[in-house]
Amino acid sequence: MSSDSFTLTDEMREQTIGVESEPTSMAIEQGHIARFAEAIGDDNPAYTVGTPESGGIVAPPTFLRAMRGIRPILPFEAPFTRLLDGGSDWEYFEPVRPGDTITAVGRIEDIRERNGSIGQMLISTIKITYRNQHDAVVATQTSTSIRY
Amino acid sequence: MGQQIYFEDVAEGMDLPVEVRNPTPRQLVQYAGASGDFYEIHYDRNFAQSTGLKDIIIHGALKNAMLGAYVTGWAGPAGELRRLTVQYRGMDYPDEPITAKGHVSRVYQEGSRNLVDCTIWLENPEGQQTTPGTATVALPSRG
Repeated sequence: MSSDSFTLTDEMREQTIGVESEPTSMAIEQGHIARFAEAIGDDNPAYTVGTPESGGIVAPPTFLRAMRGIRPILPFEAPFTRLLDGGSDWEYFEPVRPGDTITAVGRIEDIRERNGSIGQMLISTIKITYRNQHDAVVATQTSTSIRY
Repeated sequence: MGQQIYFEDVAEGMDLPVEVRNPTPRQLVQYAGASGDFYEIHYDRNFAQSTGLKDIIIHGALKNAMLGAYVTGWAGPAGELRRLTVQYRGMDYPDEPITAKGHVSRVYQEGSRNLVDCTIWLENPEGQQTTPGTATVALPSRG
């Protein structure tokens, strides 16, 4: 990779941490939830017909991955073309149901540079906060992405 | 599904039942459509190989979803998932069995909630933990 000239300075880190994405909204649809549940191979009836315990249809835990384009834009140019998903940490507060409108904002929590087996890497931690139409936080997802 | 596990039934160190899944390229296409993640490494073998992979790979987020299904299935209809973490340590390929395993790591109460932490992971056919994770579920009490 032609990345040997890249250095993440303290100033760049400071500029980057706290950068937020534009808010993105998605209307939650019953058919979309059913298709998602089928795709992940989960036949839990809470996702298709609802159960007494679920109080109607709810979305599977990772359904909010179907919201795209929540990535905050880095305030600097980085010479990396490849992107790897390192993992996620989800916290759940309220159920997501058909008819909800969810609005997501991503915030860069941390960014750091590391050298590993695949060469120089830029590792960023982004926390996405998902709110429903009542402004209640339904979930957060903190994900790690690796640029290299 | 349907079977309920109660807080009183679990103890630290207890194993979760092993589950084997067999994701196919068809499932990866279904997941691409349902999630909107159309990155070609998940369904176009020529493209995947052009990036240095040996074959198309399973979406990390689909493995995250599989671990979610695994632990919520165990927690039963009245169980409530509070937290789910996952790390992608290795690639997994369709048309190979992928095994979900786990055990209870902590049993505790917080306010009125009966909480159980689980260590969970997906294993490839070589027995490597490609996708380790953790989950916290709130379970109902018999009382």
